[in-house]
Amino acid sequence: MSEDNRPETVKLTPEEEKARKRRNVAIFWSLIGFIVLIFVTTVVRLSGNVAGG
Amino acid sequence: MTEKSAETITGGAASAASPADYLALMKPRVMALVVFTGLAGLVAAPGALNPFAAAIAILALALGAGAAGAFNMAYDGDIDAVMRRTRLRPVVRGVVPRAEAYTFGGVFTLASVTLMALASNYLAAGLLAFSIFFYAVIYTVWLKRSTPQNIVIGGAAGAFPPMIGWAAVTGDISLNSVILFAIIFLWTPPHSWALALYKSGDYAAANIPMMPVAKGAASTRRQIMAYAVGYVAISLAPLATGLGGLVYAVAAGLGGLLFLVLSWRVLNSRAGEAGTDEDGLYEVRAGDRAARDLFAFSIAHLALLFAALLAEYGAGLHIALQTPGS
Repeated sequence: MSEDNRPETVKLTPEEEKARKRRNVAIFWSLIGFIVLIFVTTVVRLSGNVAGG
Repeated sequence: MTEKSAETITGGAASAASPADYLALMKPRVMALVVFTGLAGLVAAPGALNPFAAAIAILALALGAGAAGAFNMAYDGDIDAVMRRTRLRPVVRGVVPRAEAYTFGGVFTLASVTLMALASNYLAAGLLAFSIFFYAVIYTVWLKRSTPQNIVIGGAAGAFPPMIGWAAVTGDISLNSVILFAIIFLWTPPHSWALALYKSGDYAAANIPMMPVAKGAASTRRQIMAYAVGYVAISLAPLATGLGGLVYAVAAGLGGLLFLVLSWRVLNSRAGEAGTDEDGLYEVRAGDRAARDLFAFSIAHLALLFAALLAEYGAGLHIALQTPGS
């Protein structure tokens, strides 16, 4: 395949690939953390309200 | 098939931004001050919040401050590029595209307000949402580039955290929380203008009408003195309402006195005139030192006031000087 006929796509350098992986991992853990926080906060507030009558 | 080679195509996927760049987008040092003053408001407020819910409320406050910082950096990319202090920010360096910074701010605004509402109450969440809006839109978009009163009015955004912390516990806005708001509100002008006096070249290059640029150094020094008097006066108000005890009285009294002395030194210096008087270079430098001293001490003094509240209410060191008010 000649230079001009290559498919139009993003070719990442090894450094960019590493950076993308780091970003993906950060997003993954942020989402997990957010879900856990919402769940635990809800449980804590609910149990507090139930205990308080 | 296009003639464009794969190497020339760039987009979000080809970014070299690391998580640290996104953290920088949130202005971590501002976040730290927000957390500190917000925590002081939360701890000093009458009543109690479940410790876990309180921690989440503080986290929400930090994330909200980060969201506001991201909006600010996204919008101010052009002027940040001109100023030495801000030219290494992620948007300026191009590692975080402007659109991503806006998206980042939007996502964290939603997350922080949701967490605050869930952990405390709707008033605290509403105040948090309003403070983000105030910083991102009222200050950054509207005031910063259009009026020398930018940081006077815009200072309200930074004054909200203790009020939000207080509201997270009590669910209301009381006199004491308004006083805590007013302390930071009146602290902002002398603090920001002291910095602007010796960084006025940067602001002028970026076309930001900071007070020294718009009205001159002498006028700024007079206004610093006037606001310093107002700030020190309002910082004594918690003693009148009973919120501040003995520890706070010492911090506000002695610290306030030093604040006034340093402001007086700035008033009688030639701070901010470096660019206009090349003959008196040494004298001008000495003047700038007065502004630098006030800038540095202003941070220490505000931290001291809120640390005193934390010590009194968080560590049980509150020795009442009178019967608590509202």
